[in-house]
Amino acid sequence: MENYSIFKLMKHSLSYHENWKRVWRSVVPKKNYDVIVVGGGGHGLATAYYLAKTHGIKNVAVIEKGFLGGGNTARNTTIIRSNYLWDEAAQLYELSLKLWEGLSKELNYNVMFSQRGVLNLGHTLQDMRDIERRVNANRLNGIDGHVVSPKEIKKIAPLINISQDIRYPILGASWQPRGGTARHDAVAWGYARAADALGVDIIQHTPVTALNCENGKVKGVETKYGSIGADRVACVVAGNSGVLASMAGFKLPIESRPLQALVSEPVKPCLNTVVMSNAVHGYVSQSNKGDLVIGAGVDSYNGYGQRGSFCIIEHTLQAICELFPSFSRVQMNRQWGGVVDTTPDACPIIGLTPVENLYFNCGWGTGGFKATPGSGYVFADTVANGTPHTLAKPFSIERFYSGALIDEHGAAGVAH
Amino acid sequence: MRRLNTNIINAVNSHENSITVNFKFNGKIYKGHKGESLASALIANDIAIVGRSFKFSRPRGIVGHWSEEPNAIVQVGSGAGTVPNLKATQVELYEGLEAKSVNGWPNVNFDLMSISGFFERLMPAGFYYKTFMYPRKFWKTYEKYIRKAAGLGKVPSEPDPDFYEKLNHHCDILVVGAGPSGMLAALQAGRAGARVIIADDQSEIGGSLLYSNSKIKKMSGYAWAKSIENEIRSFKNITVISRCTVFGYYDHNFLTMIERCTDHQSLTSDLGPRQRLHRVRAQSVILATGAFERPLVFANNDLPRIMLASSVSAYINRYAVTPGEKLVVCTNNDNAYKTAFDWKSLINDHVTIIDTRRAVQSEVIERAKAMRIKIIHGHGVIEARGRTRVKSVLVAPLCMSGKEIIGEATEIYCDVVATSGGWSAAVHLSSQTGVKPVWDNEILSFRPGQAVQSQKSVGACNGSFELKECIEDGISVGASEAKRLGFESGKPKQKIDLPETKDEHPTQEVFCLPHFKPLSRAPKQFVDQQLDVTAGSIELAAREGFESVEHVKRYTALGFGTDQGKLSNVNGMAILANALGKSIAETGTTMFRPAYTPTTFGAIAGREVKKLFDPKRYTPMHDWHLENTVEFENVGQWKRPWYFPKSGETMEQSVRRECVAVRNSLGILDASTLGKIDVQGKDAKEFLNRVYTNNFDTLNPGKCRYGLMLKEDGMIFDDGVCACISKDHYLIHTTTGGAANVLAWLELWKQTEWPDLDVFLTSVTDAWATATISGPNSRKLIQKVCSDIDFNNDNFKHMEWKQGLIAGIEARIFRVSFTGELSFEINVPSNFGLYIWNKLIETGAEFDITPYGTESMHILRAEKGFIIVGQDTDGSMSPMDMGMDWIVKSKKDYSFLGERSLIRADIVREDRKQFVGLRTLNDKQVLPEGSQIVRSKKQTIPIQMEGHVTSSYFSACLGHPIALAMIKNGHQRMGEIVYSPQSDGSVIELRIVNPVFYDPKGERQYV
Amino acid sequence: MLSIYCPYCNEMRDEEEFSYSGEAHIKRPEKPLELTDEQWGQYLFFRKNPSTLHAEMWNHSSGCRQYFNVVRDMQSYKITETYPIAQFPESLDISE
Repeated sequence: MENYSIFKLMKHSLSYHENWKRVWRSVVPKKNYDVIVVGGGGHGLATAYYLAKTHGIKNVAVIEKGFLGGGNTARNTTIIRSNYLWDEAAQLYELSLKLWEGLSKELNYNVMFSQRGVLNLGHTLQDMRDIERRVNANRLNGIDGHVVSPKEIKKIAPLINISQDIRYPILGASWQPRGGTARHDAVAWGYARAADALGVDIIQHTPVTALNCENGKVKGVETKYGSIGADRVACVVAGNSGVLASMAGFKLPIESRPLQALVSEPVKPCLNTVVMSNAVHGYVSQSNKGDLVIGAGVDSYNGYGQRGSFCIIEHTLQAICELFPSFSRVQMNRQWGGVVDTTPDACPIIGLTPVENLYFNCGWGTGGFKATPGSGYVFADTVANGTPHTLAKPFSIERFYSGALIDEHGAAGVAH
Repeated sequence: MRRLNTNIINAVNSHENSITVNFKFNGKIYKGHKGESLASALIANDIAIVGRSFKFSRPRGIVGHWSEEPNAIVQVGSGAGTVPNLKATQVELYEGLEAKSVNGWPNVNFDLMSISGFFERLMPAGFYYKTFMYPRKFWKTYEKYIRKAAGLGKVPSEPDPDFYEKLNHHCDILVVGAGPSGMLAALQAGRAGARVIIADDQSEIGGSLLYSNSKIKKMSGYAWAKSIENEIRSFKNITVISRCTVFGYYDHNFLTMIERCTDHQSLTSDLGPRQRLHRVRAQSVILATGAFERPLVFANNDLPRIMLASSVSAYINRYAVTPGEKLVVCTNNDNAYKTAFDWKSLINDHVTIIDTRRAVQSEVIERAKAMRIKIIHGHGVIEARGRTRVKSVLVAPLCMSGKEIIGEATEIYCDVVATSGGWSAAVHLSSQTGVKPVWDNEILSFRPGQAVQSQKSVGACNGSFELKECIEDGISVGASEAKRLGFESGKPKQKIDLPETKDEHPTQEVFCLPHFKPLSRAPKQFVDQQLDVTAGSIELAAREGFESVEHVKRYTALGFGTDQGKLSNVNGMAILANALGKSIAETGTTMFRPAYTPTTFGAIAGREVKKLFDPKRYTPMHDWHLENTVEFENVGQWKRPWYFPKSGETMEQSVRRECVAVRNSLGILDASTLGKIDVQGKDAKEFLNRVYTNNFDTLNPGKCRYGLMLKEDGMIFDDGVCACISKDHYLIHTTTGGAANVLAWLELWKQTEWPDLDVFLTSVTDAWATATISGPNSRKLIQKVCSDIDFNNDNFKHMEWKQGLIAGIEARIFRVSFTGELSFEINVPSNFGLYIWNKLIETGAEFDITPYGTESMHILRAEKGFIIVGQDTDGSMSPMDMGMDWIVKSKKDYSFLGERSLIRADIVREDRKQFVGLRTLNDKQVLPEGSQIVRSKKQTIPIQMEGHVTSSYFSACLGHPIALAMIKNGHQRMGEIVYSPQSDGSVIELRIVNPVFYDPKGERQYV
Repeated sequence: MLSIYCPYCNEMRDEEEFSYSGEAHIKRPEKPLELTDEQWGQYLFFRKNPSTLHAEMWNHSSGCRQYFNVVRDMQSYKITETYPIAQFPESLDISE
């Protein structure tokens, strides 16, 4: 892999950038792999990378139906934080956050992880009790964060409206300074480039049309290139998890829903942190390009169309204008939707399936982007060892039978 | 001044109707004409540089004349009303308008940020992914500078002074765009009797005819358009909305349009809403959105005064201004010849046409010859020169395909370049529905894909670029769509004059002109000017393996600007296709998303902001609360009294006083917000047995019972008192916040699983006002206001209800208690709520009746260990966790909702968190709510947590703090000492106790 | 923005009047207490979630408050039919 640095950039500029190497190879798939990762989003690519890097399993293919990083990796609002309520979730997201902190270096690719902090606002007394509970739990789990007052919030985000006369005044917030944002595309590209350099084959524009199973064991996948054999198949296909599961003959506790986001036109820096409000349903940060990046809750209905309903956009912007009354005159440049795989407890499903050697990593719902490195890390470990990684154990599908749900939208209510 | 001394009929600036106004641009005052575009006024004032590019800080000028404009981005106004990022081409001039360029420091004409040479070369596409990585801590600093350089205008720092509104429409046919095809489609549909809305984003309808000097029969195109407009406006069933952009096309033929009501009059306005969002549901949609001219890509093509050919014509014909004195037209098609004709006939003789195509026999060439316009065939402009505006162009002979240079270049001096690389159909809206547009090599444009909704595209947006075709298309589709919807006019159709057909020599497939140097080394050939994306950077992306068009777009930022790549997308794809050795059809295009053009947040939000953000629900007694000092708490949408401070009291003092009053004498609570559902029917009892955990078989008329509802997952969902009104009639109470959800939940089961049950559910929350009187003197009070009920303890027991007259009003009185004191909940029809409340306050004066709010209610119930669903539970607690096994009766015929879940492996686990009380060892210390509980004092982080505090108060009645908590295996750990580490580093020591702190035997409510 | 035909009101109404209620035709097991945790869990949480036609339940919550079923394409969002709770769809085979 060609090392990226300012010096390389200088060197290449002498030759007018004509000699940069490809970031990843264009390959025709082999007949067999040790592991096939279905899904070339951030999580799938990270899984392939850690399989090769940490576990030495390099005979790996990532098969992606569209362009890599083109699903939810390309559609999210890039928020990263680890201040989850329950220990199981918090530990998983904190592992991820720690990996984020070293990711640009690890991948030799600037993923622009920007630790500008995340505010989760509280608007009611119960919101504030929940925030206190979560921040206390975070602190004892070794996760940074504290509760801040409206005045402190105003200092962090000066354009915010902390007036107590509004419909749902801001009563306080949790503040996680280590949270922030990253450049979403770069994460997929960085993992892809690093995985490719370790020998992973990345096969784009190739839908998996069937999972080949025999006697309850997975043997490979069916594609436009014909059958591709594999000892293990790892599915990381977010919104399409239900479709792949039905190929293998089982159901998942997942429903695929549209999740929408929008950006404004680029404006000069006016917001230096991430502001999330669950109570009024909106969250916002500003990208390095200057766009206000805004997201909302999921649409109420199932759908694979990567489109949602306009009323969600209206409600979201009502919330944003309520929080930031001066943003009212900014213009929306573009809105879009992704397909998110929601579970009953707003937590992922990582691990084994009823089919032997077939693994699923799904159910990240509205909060998958921030988990990308951690998810890939624990899933690679799970696939490599055939048994769930310690941090993945609580996230097995069994919890939907035993009742050991990890309800992250109950008290925390901040699933994004 | 560069205003033409002529009287062009379609010019907004023609002499008879022009009003001179003053405006300010970058601090200097200029004169312009009211209603012309700011861009036109800038051109009239000979201002060439309107901004600086964000990456390389190159000087930039006006390129287009409408929403396609990539460069002329301005900040309009100042103060609260300022608007960032408007396109000067779309801003209508009015007296006093102020505009500023959004980039350039210290100013656009002399920019210190300007970089060139080697440093510019250090910033190829995606350079930031390759550097700024080490040391990690420095990214924050790098980022600061990157962010400063990026971004266009400034967000105002004060709240928006304007308001916005919304209109909903249902129509038969929505026509989008009022150019020639749209107008005719609307007219034909309107003639047939369909209800038609036609929306157009410009101030005047007519589309391309506003800008051109085309002829239809003997009429000018403009006059023809006016005659059509007159007829359209004569129909009552056609609604014309101008200055209105259709920006989103959603499922089931739902479209959103934004009308700019006052932006052309002043910055902020008291004339009415600033903008209006139209939400349209149409039976059929006819898209007539036209096409955008494509610039040709060549070296330094971003120099100011290199403009679209059609835009040069637009400035001449519509605005009567000229961008310069010497024109070079650089084209691969016939259409751009019109610009040369316009120039020649209205400006001067200095015009040269450079056509990449070889000479052929054609109408335009004949006409050009007749007009003595110089044409250089088989040549292309390969490079522009100049520092702050174009001074000359290098023109070189090209091979047949136009892809290679086959000879020496010559320099031609000029001050305006009109460029045209053909036309791109505006397929945006049709593509927003999820349909991929299809590349058509014949017309060198995308066409809309097969429609998935009830929708047709007509005219230029459907790939018909010729005027006659557009008009005919509009006529036929307008009529056929109306007919399809069942409208057919009996009236004879008036004939419509049509222009003559023109024979066109086809456009040549040239997008990026060659240079002597390869793309990587030639002077920058800009594809997307707003984002400084060059042909070289697209080629670099492809070389690095970003082969998918979506990757290229994301890697280079192509098309991400506020112009949404209207001019750049097709050129970018062509260059990518070329680099990959593929066709454009194979390379494909990116997704099209709303908004078609940027749309104001405030307009999308509409009226539901500030006071109208969310409705407030008031109880019938609200006015009394307001007249007395009260602080409110938001509970759902309700405004509930939180506490009633007397003058000078703090919240703490007030709440203590309220609590003590209830325990010692008498308090009154407005409990009207509690959810109330009326349940009637022969099977009402069976229904209740199924939805509650407990048994209702034994609940007889006149009795009340506390009930607990679970979701099917076994977790506590809601609770409340259920009263049996008569054999087939019950009234159930829910939590304030849960009322709507509970009703939907009950309806779900009644309608889907148990349609055979005879039961009817009605929400009666708003029908009743509830005043709860609580305290040892509550019986004395109620006896004073109600004479027809015997309140004797033997006659009216705890958990019973009776009907009677209270102060003359029919009332239901429930003897239930959430405070542990003797309590009566008095329910009267809500209209009498305030009257009864006043009566009780008045009569209760002798017992010093004390109104108390939710805070005191919370404390009083916590003293009794009563839970609040949603505060002490969070959707993960079973009844057993809460120590409420007593209420779970499993021996019912029908397995009640959630029952099965209670015996799942994890729910019967012994070390689940359980509901307990906590006492701080230090009696002065109130434990913060949300505190976490740990087993040992000395642990270091990360610490295993054992539980958390759900409620915590200082109990004035007990004289010490109390808390409720969920603690692992808590029921078995009574008396154990646990710890709560606080954020300030201190550790609070606690003892696990029974959650019933006050009157543990529960005697007080029975007195 | 969906436009939904309410089979009780007999009118096309806007999505905003309705609320979604998940997969249709999920029958509550007759004897829950006799099921294994796994069988009960399947009923509680596991869903078909297809990417093609799907039978789903909606509630006309701001209208007649009736629950009813809708068959809708999960890609195009086109509704092929709406019908009362007790009935079965014509455009989709809902057996496993």
